[in-house]
Amino acid sequence: MKSAVIVFPGSNRERDMLTALEKITGTKPLAVWHAETELPKVDLVVLPGGFSYGDYLRTGAIAARAPIMADVKKKADSGVHVLGVCNGFQMLCESGLLPGILMRNNHLKFVCRHVKLETANADTAFTNKYTQGEVWRCPVAHGDGNYFTDAETLARLEGENRVTFRYAEGTNPNGSLNDIAGIINARGNVMGLMPHPENEIEELNGGIEGRALFESLLETVA
Amino acid sequence: MKARIKVMLKNGVLDPQGKAIEGALDTLGFPNVASVRQGKFFEVELDEKDPAKARATIDDISTKLLANTVIENYTIEIDEK
Repeated sequence: MKSAVIVFPGSNRERDMLTALEKITGTKPLAVWHAETELPKVDLVVLPGGFSYGDYLRTGAIAARAPIMADVKKKADSGVHVLGVCNGFQMLCESGLLPGILMRNNHLKFVCRHVKLETANADTAFTNKYTQGEVWRCPVAHGDGNYFTDAETLARLEGENRVTFRYAEGTNPNGSLNDIAGIINARGNVMGLMPHPENEIEELNGGIEGRALFESLLETVA
Repeated sequence: MKARIKVMLKNGVLDPQGKAIEGALDTLGFPNVASVRQGKFFEVELDEKDPAKARATIDDISTKLLANTVIENYTIEIDEK
């Protein structure tokens, strides 16, 4: 599986993502600078975590309008898989590839800790190596992870089974609607989540439960 | 031509920052403050003489970048001087 990680000014999890992708997929991913206008031919595009543009205006808002994003949208429309983690999820929402928005955590504090995630839909390209309803451990690190959307969109997401991960066992760290931690688009090729599976891939991280996300992609995408 | 754009959270959208400011004002001893909402204010200088065109540009800018209309409303003021 060939993959590319987009690097923005202020990204800081791109190396963790590059490492995770290489370790789990066995193929060295490409790092692509945000000012490029064309992506290389890849099966997976990843928008990494961090604080692109210092979170100016709204988190992910400036990055979502970066030169490379026009091609990211074009590739997403053609069926290429796109994964956004943390700041990357915020970019996907700001760019319109996913509905809704990530607002300031309801308690106004930055959270950096492990949460429990429930796999709410194990029937996607990103989640099929988890079992439906499986609860697993994953770190979060964000100040703006409070998923919000209008009631109609929320009902559609739930009705179409497009919530992929929920915070479980009372670990919702940000006030997110319906405990939403991750969602997917209608076509099933664009997913965003706030937690960092790339930081839970080897025993040194304290657990390897994030690996299944990348293994899912490896099995279905390439 | 100068434009001023005010961006505010829509009614019903939780504004934790406004709430925190409200709490601080209460601590400072302003018991008659009923509520606070926090927003954003932008000034944009335009190379444009036609107010209608200026308004159309600012409207476009507001929806494409300055406001996220999922949670925010915006109002525009054009200074025609």
